[in-house]
Amino acid sequence: MDLNIIWFGILGVLLAGYAILDGFDLGVGILHLSVKDDTERRLLMNSIGPLWDGNEVWLVTFGGALFATMPHAYATAFSGFYLAFMLLLCALIFRAVSMEFRSKSENKIWRKAWDVSFFGASSLATFLFGVAVGNLIVGMPIGADKEFAGTFFGLLNPYSLLVGVLSVALFAMHGSIYLYLKTSGELQAKIKHWMWTTFGIFMTLYLLTTIVTLIKLPAVTRNFETMPLAWIAVVLNILAIANIPRAIYKEKPVYAFASSCLTIAALVFLFGMALFPNLIVSSINPEYSLTIYNAASSQKTLGIALTIAIIGMPIVLAYTAIVYWVFRGKVELGKFSY
Amino acid sequence: MELDVVMLSRIQFALTIMFHYLFPPLSIGLGILLVFMEGMFLKTGDKQYENMTRFFTKLFAVNFALGVATGIVMEFQFGTNWATYSRFVGDVFGSALAAEGIFAFFLESGFLAILVFGWDKVSPRMHFFSTVMVSLGSIFSAVWIVVANSWQQTPAGFHVVGEGINARAEITDFWAMVFNPSSVDRLVHVILGAFILGAFFVMSITAYYIIKKKHLELSKKAFTIALVFGAVVSIGELVSGHFQANTVSKTQPAKLAAFEGHFTTKDGGADMWILGIPDEEEERVKYGIKIPGGLSFLLHEDFSTPVTALDQFPKEDRPPVVIPFYMYHLMIACGMFFIFITLLGLFFRFVTKTIFEKRWLMWIFVFAVLGAYAANQAGWIAAEVGRQPWVVYGLLRTSDGISKAVVGEQVLISILMFSFVYALLFAVWVFVMNSKIQHGPEDVQMPLETTEGGLLEAAARLANPAGYSMMGDNEEPETETKTETDNEKEAE
Repeated sequence: MDLNIIWFGILGVLLAGYAILDGFDLGVGILHLSVKDDTERRLLMNSIGPLWDGNEVWLVTFGGALFATMPHAYATAFSGFYLAFMLLLCALIFRAVSMEFRSKSENKIWRKAWDVSFFGASSLATFLFGVAVGNLIVGMPIGADKEFAGTFFGLLNPYSLLVGVLSVALFAMHGSIYLYLKTSGELQAKIKHWMWTTFGIFMTLYLLTTIVTLIKLPAVTRNFETMPLAWIAVVLNILAIANIPRAIYKEKPVYAFASSCLTIAALVFLFGMALFPNLIVSSINPEYSLTIYNAASSQKTLGIALTIAIIGMPIVLAYTAIVYWVFRGKVELGKFSY
Repeated sequence: MELDVVMLSRIQFALTIMFHYLFPPLSIGLGILLVFMEGMFLKTGDKQYENMTRFFTKLFAVNFALGVATGIVMEFQFGTNWATYSRFVGDVFGSALAAEGIFAFFLESGFLAILVFGWDKVSPRMHFFSTVMVSLGSIFSAVWIVVANSWQQTPAGFHVVGEGINARAEITDFWAMVFNPSSVDRLVHVILGAFILGAFFVMSITAYYIIKKKHLELSKKAFTIALVFGAVVSIGELVSGHFQANTVSKTQPAKLAAFEGHFTTKDGGADMWILGIPDEEEERVKYGIKIPGGLSFLLHEDFSTPVTALDQFPKEDRPPVVIPFYMYHLMIACGMFFIFITLLGLFFRFVTKTIFEKRWLMWIFVFAVLGAYAANQAGWIAAEVGRQPWVVYGLLRTSDGISKAVVGEQVLISILMFSFVYALLFAVWVFVMNSKIQHGPEDVQMPLETTEGGLLEAAARLANPAGYSMMGDNEEPETETKTETDNEKEAE
């Protein structure tokens, strides 16, 4: 196993970490308007209040690591997705400030505006992440000069839109299970219904997407021939999804949440399997594709970055654990809340 | 009309970085002051220090959130707008950025949660530890981003492989990259600049309370901490600035010449302009006040040693002069003002002990924070515009660094979008900060207690985190509601 493959793996871990952790934050945002009462909305926001910021750092670190280790992929994808990325940045800005600003004034219109902004930003960001993943699976018009040669509207192809919607459903489900863990009483009873609804929508879209992918894009399974062990991920993915309704039915939300996390991790893994060893597949000519070799930094940089990751990640995990421990349990509104 | 992608991309970068840079220096400067304040609380048990810390933590949190929200734009923007640059530098520059994520951002954002939301959830010591970690995280963040930027100014520890459009810098020595010739000087200068902003921010708010005769005791204490700290760092910044200018004269002589409006190399000493109007067409500074030989003295401790001027560089390699010249002089003028005003403050605070009665001086301190913001911005504008026409000094021109896949219209759309969003955010930020400042810190009520009781109680609180948290829960909501209603009345 060479450094390039290791880095493909680490980037995958960072992406999965981001999708799992910020996934429930975004999910809470997607569900935000489903409650009308001000206190309930505050409870929703405060359930992720202390955590979302640290969760978003996974994305920032993913971006930094991609820049450092695969600069061509970073440059091509970000400049190629230009307007989509600008929208994403806008959404992430509004997501952040909506939470910070919402409860700073009692004014009803003020709060309503930030509520809508919080919902809109979370939904849009999730959708765009999905669209980006969809495009990477389909392939993008990349020329011999490693530059994107398509248009913004070309990115909005049906398959990518489907993956975008699937992402929204996935994070909404993930977010509702998270909320079920963090709430109690009447609100929790409401959220129980959301779990079933969002699971139903996710399940439908998941089946649809899987069928479309296998029929239209058979190349996604090519790596399974050389790596039969990867089937374990497929099996885990199915088991995890199947366990979600079982755990909800048996009133074991922790298991449901763990299964939901595992589902996301498995989906990110399958996404990686569909790409490997490519990072961005060229739809013009497969030879133009950006791979973990022709898009990568020098071996020396990959080594340096690996050292940084090995020193940094255990520390990061340690204090992430501390913070999650401090803010364990049901969410309450205090004077430091949003 | 063909839109100029290079110019538009530069405008967008300038807009987004300048807006972003309103927030991080305050996080760094206020962060260290929170450490002092909370440290004093742990040491003395004085509730004033606790309330002070809690109050400034709220402002810190709002500021921090905006720093995060606008910061993510910066990281992605290298890829969206400067793809060719990213390909060229990724091997070198990316490591510093990734290190910033892992070593700084996780540290900051993780412990920020405890700093802001954790008052009642952890012991005072653990809370203090979190405050220290957040402060440290914000400084680490400055370390890595200044290292990355300094590498663009004075590249080291790399070699260029490939040619033409495929050329790119590859790292050869990580530590030589990190400790490139300008890293340390620039880092010290940036961090002290942020500390100055933190000090003037605290002085501004507390001076306002003192004028309004609100939260007097707390404000006087906080003002004094910030004043002493501000004086020390302002003087430190002057020393750091001197070293910085010396480094620039060696590593980027064209930049220093632009700062100083030094157009023509002469046999004798180079003059230093205190004020003036540089004219790039005529290549001279008009209507100015200068110290003959001053620049030579500053750099060589001798009034007659020649200093390299802009005429030593081919026209296409010269930076623009007007913006760097004004910004550099604005920064220095602000810096001198900080030293003067803090020393004056120290005199009235500790010698005559009349500072808090001097309303005129308090009013100056209320507005001096604008100077601190201006100085931080001006310094960076001078540094970045002075690096032109290079994005990586001597290696890659800014005009060659843009994204080839992006057209002018797209950049124009995103500039309009950011302008709109940032204008909105700025207005909301001012509104929220203002309402928090008007609300003010909690006042300590201890009319019935003797000093002894206060101390004992404080000691008990320290020894018993649970009791400490319960107290907070019981007494605060009432005060808060009351004051909020008061504010609404005031607003009406």
